[in-house]
Amino acid sequence: MLCFRILFMEQVLFKHNRPGRMTTFDEYRSEGGFVALARALAGMSPDEVQQAVIDSGMRGRGGAGFPTGKKWSFVPRNLPGPRYLICNCDEMEPGTYKDRVLLERNPHLLVEGMALACYALGVQHAFIFIRRGYEQAADNLRLAVAAAHGAGFLGENVRGSGFSLELDIHQSAGRYICGEETALINALEGIRANPRAKPPFPAVKGLWGQPTVVNNVETLANIPSIINGGPAWWKGLAATPEAAGTKLFCISGHVVRPECFELPLGMKLGEIIDGPCGGMRPGSTFKACIPGGASTPYLTKLHWDVPMDFDPVAKAGSRLGTGGIIVFDQSTCMVAATLNLIRFFARESCGWCTPCREGLPFVRHILERIEAGQGQAGDIDILREHVRLLNHAFCALAPGAMGPVDGLLNHFEDELQEHITAQRCPFEGTHS
Amino acid sequence: MIPEPLKNELQRRVAQAVTNREAAVDVMKELQRHYGWLTDEAVEEAAELLSLTPLQVEELATFYEMIYRRPVGRYVVHVCDSISCWNMGGETLLTQLEKLLGTKVGGTTADGDFTLLPCSCLGNCGNAPAVMVGERQFGRVLPDQIQFILSELRSSNP
Repeated sequence: MLCFRILFMEQVLFKHNRPGRMTTFDEYRSEGGFVALARALAGMSPDEVQQAVIDSGMRGRGGAGFPTGKKWSFVPRNLPGPRYLICNCDEMEPGTYKDRVLLERNPHLLVEGMALACYALGVQHAFIFIRRGYEQAADNLRLAVAAAHGAGFLGENVRGSGFSLELDIHQSAGRYICGEETALINALEGIRANPRAKPPFPAVKGLWGQPTVVNNVETLANIPSIINGGPAWWKGLAATPEAAGTKLFCISGHVVRPECFELPLGMKLGEIIDGPCGGMRPGSTFKACIPGGASTPYLTKLHWDVPMDFDPVAKAGSRLGTGGIIVFDQSTCMVAATLNLIRFFARESCGWCTPCREGLPFVRHILERIEAGQGQAGDIDILREHVRLLNHAFCALAPGAMGPVDGLLNHFEDELQEHITAQRCPFEGTHS
Repeated sequence: MIPEPLKNELQRRVAQAVTNREAAVDVMKELQRHYGWLTDEAVEEAAELLSLTPLQVEELATFYEMIYRRPVGRYVVHVCDSISCWNMGGETLLTQLEKLLGTKVGGTTADGDFTLLPCSCLGNCGNAPAVMVGERQFGRVLPDQIQFILSELRSSNP
């Protein structure tokens, strides 16, 4: 039953993929690539493209899940001067690699999606902000941009429509905070990438003070299918009536096939792990997972039947985030896992605001001493207090960083307590 | 001093940018490629190319993980220490690399070939544990594989 469903699940993002290599521009074209753009330019107004995205129910795939069409609608109309679209490919959230796979396999989808978004938004100059380490993805993207230029889908007066667009690629040098949209704008401008105060929101005052939309790679890569198949059809690709579209889930950890899959949004956690992932690897039983990248609280076996969609995962006390599912088996010490996550966030804090700069190292210190067998009676209360305190930070980094700590307190308090009582880590030497 | 052709190339890059400093990361990367690391001289040169002060360049240079403000070896071995790799034996791999290279994390081998650094998630989580040597990614790195990769690189021409 399960195999049957997966076999016949409709894909839109991985539909044109070839095994082990990038799909060529000609292959993409021959399978319907750039038809959506040509159709939109010939027969749809920018507002109609935007309306289709609103009607599709698309929610941003970068982590926050904000409705994409709504984000676009915040851009003021008839404001003089340029406006910009930035594609956020600063995929630095640990456990997340979907955008890399997408760009390594089919970068044309992003180019077409960005062209459609720019047409809808009245943008003539767009940027793709790509993280360090994604050299192959950046190379493929350069090929795709050049091919689209060559075929007249980018540049001056695309297909005689009067619409013009230039796409620039910016390769970053590695820093997690650059994925936060206002920090990303600073990074792109060549300014130290601390986040900016909001409001004004980027839609009003973004790149070089102009209206700017920042969207994730996967979000933009979906636009061609929304235009091609229509919003209702696209929405219906999901597994539940509440969800919309497909989602790239990238899995890592103790499963048989830790890979990136395009699956219907709203598929149950257990179905994803037992189905496409091939179940837990031999000798492993499921203990917990992070559902959507490092900043999302743990889910446990209790959540096996939670539909992996924005609202149901939020209701379960976590976040869908990026769809980067990290699976832990019974040998994993959740205190040690949380310590690893907090070390990452403390290191990646940009240092701009005090709660984040000072608070995260303090939380790291507390977890370090618990894991080292030196935990003290009040430590659990201190951790709980800091989940609350670090919500009052300048940007989302610190609250996100405390997500796993929150999950640890909610689901594994007994494990924490055991560390403190026994004055040692009960998992010492068991983890791979 | 950077050679004239590189200087011209970088001036062209800066001229293409909407504002000069938009090209800052590209300029720092190219200067780092030339010198091996971002030397004090390179910071001054970047500042001049970008119409910034050296302090403004420094502020950027120290912010990014892949800009080195201290000398590094011919290859930098970045070992991912984030959660997915930690979960699949990343710490063990790092310890093995310390032994193999005969240097502690943060150090450079005596022959100047390799610098060993931990790094944040490489986005190769399905292939954990992951390593990036220079700009090349390697996944599911087992101890004997890394030994092979390193010896291949060691014998390659500079």
